[in-house]
Amino acid sequence: MSKKPVKKGHQVETTGHSWDGIEEYNNPLPRWWVYVFYACIVWAIGYSIAYPAWPGVKSATAGMLGFSTRGDVQKDIDVAAAKLAPINAKLEAAELTAISGDPELNGYAVSAGSAVFKTWCAQCHGSGAAGAVGYPNLLDNDWLWGGDIEAIYTTINHGIRNEEDDDARYSEMPAFGEMLEGEEIEQVVNFVMSLSGDAMDASKVAAGAVVFEDNCSSCHMEDGTGDRDQGAPNLTDAIWLYGGDYAAVTETVTNSRYGVMPNWNTRLTDAQIRAVATYVHQLGGGE
Amino acid sequence: MSTTDQEPGLYAAREPVFPKKVYGKFRNLKWFLMAFTLGIYYLTPLIRWDRGPSLPDQAVLLDLANRRFFFFMIEIWPHEFYFIAGLLIMAGLGLFLFTSALGRVWCGYACPQTVWTDLFILVERWIEGDRNARVRLHNQKKWDLRKVRLRLIKYTSWIVIGAATGGAWVFYFTDAPTLMVDLIHGTAHPVAYTTIAVMTATTVFFGAIAREQICIYACPWPRIQAAMMDEDTLTVGYREWRGEPRGKGKRTNDTELGDCIDCMACVNVCPVGIDIRDGQQLECITCALCIDACDDIMTKVGKPRGLIDYMAQSDEVNERAGKPPRNVWKHILRPRTIMYTTLWSLVGVGLVVALFIRSDIDLTVAPVRNPTFVTLSDGTIRNTYEVRLRNKHGDDRPFRISVKGDSSLRVQLEGTPYETVTVAADEMQLQRVYVLAPKGSVPAESPATEFRFWVEDVSNGDRVYKDTVFNGRGK
Repeated sequence: MSKKPVKKGHQVETTGHSWDGIEEYNNPLPRWWVYVFYACIVWAIGYSIAYPAWPGVKSATAGMLGFSTRGDVQKDIDVAAAKLAPINAKLEAAELTAISGDPELNGYAVSAGSAVFKTWCAQCHGSGAAGAVGYPNLLDNDWLWGGDIEAIYTTINHGIRNEEDDDARYSEMPAFGEMLEGEEIEQVVNFVMSLSGDAMDASKVAAGAVVFEDNCSSCHMEDGTGDRDQGAPNLTDAIWLYGGDYAAVTETVTNSRYGVMPNWNTRLTDAQIRAVATYVHQLGGGE
Repeated sequence: MSTTDQEPGLYAAREPVFPKKVYGKFRNLKWFLMAFTLGIYYLTPLIRWDRGPSLPDQAVLLDLANRRFFFFMIEIWPHEFYFIAGLLIMAGLGLFLFTSALGRVWCGYACPQTVWTDLFILVERWIEGDRNARVRLHNQKKWDLRKVRLRLIKYTSWIVIGAATGGAWVFYFTDAPTLMVDLIHGTAHPVAYTTIAVMTATTVFFGAIAREQICIYACPWPRIQAAMMDEDTLTVGYREWRGEPRGKGKRTNDTELGDCIDCMACVNVCPVGIDIRDGQQLECITCALCIDACDDIMTKVGKPRGLIDYMAQSDEVNERAGKPPRNVWKHILRPRTIMYTTLWSLVGVGLVVALFIRSDIDLTVAPVRNPTFVTLSDGTIRNTYEVRLRNKHGDDRPFRISVKGDSSLRVQLEGTPYETVTVAADEMQLQRVYVLAPKGSVPAESPATEFRFWVEDVSNGDRVYKDTVFNGRGK
């Protein structure tokens, strides 16, 4: 009984590698480890039968359980849609002006609207909604067609100057290059730029005021503050959609501009449009 | 056992270990530590702590759903996770300290693997008897009624212990009394049952079945510890110069036998199945049970105790040369351990200070960079900031937001005409804040102007600030 355990006498094979005379033992693995290894092999075979695994020419084997990652995503989307159905219904039924007063609905609309905006609107208006030349900045307090929630909703719903929606907002500025002499254009540009406080040639400004009154004031109003019913920009503020330097304004007067926005009512649900309208309204410029 | 001229097998069968019962001071210390640590583990979730009506009253609670960690009077938010990092650093330094002073003392006394294994072996001994009875039962080929009965009782008891371990675990994550009622009624969340099932299985597997194999094969700590030990580290050792040559029989002057009577008591009590007389080994968790076993025998045969003892490598050299060993405290108190203690204390003091100077208002300011600024129709330059306000208080609080910097800067809050927002109790609120600089003002025309956000609790004047930058249109 009191025999010394023979452990010490074990001779263990080495791997046969030798580095500077240092050899590596090739100790056997514990039994449970080997069994786990075999179990993993069996598991792998079962797994590759049950799940998509073996690559083929066009696609991989489908697997007996019918699992697919696309199907999984679709399931998640369906679950999310079902979960959001009640609040979407509530959003569609709410008065647009009442949304911001309901913290739960407003929070949802802003989050959902942010997602819609980044998917559908950011291409033109930028992911931060700061716009670009020709695409309005939605963060400021200047609006072509109105900045209250109803006006924003209508704009998104029907779009601007598109062919698809008969209710799209519509107006067209004439290309004055065909109607005015070059000198008159120069004068009216001087006048328009002076409206925003830029220092311009006084004689040209005075002459331009006359040209403006005859040709422009019907849409842009006599004082140049614009008309939102026609989408005519306010020319007296610091914001220029197509640029406020002399060349850009001359180009606008000579050849006019024709900004187009798609109608979203055929691509988005009403709840999505309401959500993105709420989102745009709370970006800092909403009225 | 296998012979050397055969091909090595794919695996080595585990040699079962049947630790024998032992009495002594280290065994008593281990019993006490087991009761103490298991007591902490099982009872902590039941302690209540009143935090007012809107917060949970469990003293220690990891509230994952609401992302809060409660520890008695302390409440940690996710952004304060550095406290946990600090605690982990302290735990690491503590392990360094104990390892350099006392070797694998953590492994031998306090590691959950050791504590639970000890508990499982205790239960096994109650049911199947001490070492010899267990060896006989193990070697008995025939599964008679007695063997079936004993094995059944043993595994059932193990599973009950495992289930209690898993059960206590889930109590740390939700209100324990409520969960206990739900668990009994079968109405608790499936995650609770799954967690308990997994914890039961792992506890039984690690503590009852795998036992010392976890320490030998799975745990990385033994490998790291070797780097922290030196010749002054106290570990369990065998006074070979006193014990050898070992042998049974009467000691007479002409036999020249050492003190070791080769009774195998030290081997029989070893929970990892080694012979300490072969010297320090990777498997040894320094549980010191062999010291107890040997001291008992030495007393019986009338020899001095301490044939197997806690000692340092430097003592071995001294003793072989016939000198007495150094005092234990001289081994423990040396520059290395003092340095670890100092570092450990510094981190601890730092954490406590950080804990007590933190404000119960917290503020982060993220300037919106897309775009950096917006020009309004009258030429005003506007910057937007996402301000996160955290109210770490049990009551709703009104916070006023203001700026200090260039006198032309004005504040506006999104969604409200006022400068004050109310943040609900124990909540974080995201508030978009606009800062405006009129056309022609210095901040509007400069590239960047520094200023400071102040957030003040209007009700009691507590306030905090954050510095940030206003972007103007200047280049």
